[in-house]
Amino acid sequence: MAEPHLIGEAMTGGYGRGADILQGCTLSVDKGQIAVIVGPNGAGKSTAMKAVFGMLNLRSGSVRIGGEDITHLSPQDRVAKGMAFVPQTSNIFPSMTVEENLEMGAFLRRDDIRPTIEQVYDLFPILRDKRRQAAGELSGGQRQQVAVGRALMTQPSVLMLDEPTAGVSPIVMDELFDRIIEVARAGITILMVEQNARQALEIADKGYVLVQGCNAYTGTGAELMADDEVRRTFLGG
Amino acid sequence: MTDILNAIVALSNFVLIPGAAYGAQLALGALGVTLIYGILRFSNFAHGDTMAFGTMATILVTWGLQSMGVSFGFLPTALIALPVGIAITGLLLLGTDRAVYRFYRKQKAAPVVLVIVSIGVMFVMNGLVRFIIGVGDVNFADGARFVINARQFREMTGLDEGLAIRSTTLITLITAAIAVALLFWFLNKTRTGKSMRAFSDNEDLALLSGINPERVVAVTWLIIAALATTAGVLYGLDKSFKAFTYFQLLLPIFAAAIVGGLGNPLGAIAGGFVIAFSEVLVTYAWKKVLEYLLPENLEPSSLVQLLSTDYKFAVSFAILIIVLLFKPTGLFKGQSV
Repeated sequence: MAEPHLIGEAMTGGYGRGADILQGCTLSVDKGQIAVIVGPNGAGKSTAMKAVFGMLNLRSGSVRIGGEDITHLSPQDRVAKGMAFVPQTSNIFPSMTVEENLEMGAFLRRDDIRPTIEQVYDLFPILRDKRRQAAGELSGGQRQQVAVGRALMTQPSVLMLDEPTAGVSPIVMDELFDRIIEVARAGITILMVEQNARQALEIADKGYVLVQGCNAYTGTGAELMADDEVRRTFLGG
Repeated sequence: MTDILNAIVALSNFVLIPGAAYGAQLALGALGVTLIYGILRFSNFAHGDTMAFGTMATILVTWGLQSMGVSFGFLPTALIALPVGIAITGLLLLGTDRAVYRFYRKQKAAPVVLVIVSIGVMFVMNGLVRFIIGVGDVNFADGARFVINARQFREMTGLDEGLAIRSTTLITLITAAIAVALLFWFLNKTRTGKSMRAFSDNEDLALLSGINPERVVAVTWLIIAALATTAGVLYGLDKSFKAFTYFQLLLPIFAAAIVGGLGNPLGAIAGGFVIAFSEVLVTYAWKKVLEYLLPENLEPSSLVQLLSTDYKFAVSFAILIIVLLFKPTGLFKGQSV
């Protein structure tokens, strides 16, 4: 079987000179699939994702995208390699309009970005109506759409989302998940961290349960949902 | 009826027109302060002296032009020298950034550290300006003095009160309007301008989007050079150039930027006019206007001047304190201090 499109292998490391938060954690996603990282608070879920994006130094292990080793690239250089990252908070430019947010997402591109903006508007129709409005004035769910839209503007091959549904209502959450599935269908690989583990695993092709920086359980979303141990410990019965 | 007209003319002559010109000068200064706060994230105490340096550079070029016999007709020669003055100031600011600020930026120094650094820069610039051009008054306005003077106005209208419009006032208003229009066009329509706003909004996300911070910083300093030099030259043309006065301008300029909402360019403009008009209104002797408006037996015997002009800085201070107490983010939504 070919190597997964994105793989963070045996990652060990932490922030600065601090203790290692990740202890040989491995994450991988095939092209166009959705991988979800779940786990208790402080398990290193966000840290694992940040490690894949190069926001902390790995003491050992490697990160590869499409077979290319990018372990030593800065986050900015990884963006150029086709990675896009949506942080959990402050993930938009609040005083700029929705459309300007999208333009800034495509700052590195020198070609015509109009078609990509249209694609984002097709994906999130509400943004088309609000394109002249300051992004900071939008509702929580709409802001998340702007954030995801901004990340998609680089036409990435990998989209990473850090708790995209934090602080939005259940209805908005369902809708966001639907959109994320749609993005994955377009061939974009998705790696996301989620608090709403149950709903996230339902849409996941692959699920990772992290505990204290290690892989505790790995399987398809359905497998994890069916696992008694995982259900009891992490999904609340 | 003529009394009312006379009152309006007197008010315009002594309050509205000078206030508008002063407000435009403060607005340009406050725009610089607010841009530095929004993009470089500190309060730049060296701004008054940057204005002084820019004005000095422009004056030196003006003298050079004058000695070569160049003039600009009825407009002041300093307007031709202005772009050169801006370029020289731009070089100074880029040099300062390279030599001083960049070191602290790399260390991710706290804003208060940068404020103190900027005070150091202020003293150096201050000394530089005094060393080169001296501490005295320099009057460098040439060209026509008045667009319309008081006597012409009286003859034209037959009113007792004269309305003088000095050419420097008109030049100030027009130049400031052009500068502001250019700035807003740049910030809202160009790719570089938008990247500056993005950087101001959310630095981390700007980096993730591939915006080069060093380029944003350099462009910001160049814009600051243009704004500060223009503000300084306009103020100098309108009044005169004196290094110490420019240092003192720091207070009303900061007051304007904070009143408007730090980091908000629209606010800086509004703040500039609020401060300027408050200062002029409070320190104006209202006797003349009131004499026209009130019946004879109510006419004031004193000057009806609320505050001596010596205390005009108290006005900026008072407004500053009121705003910080009741609306710390300023009239327009800015960042709180």
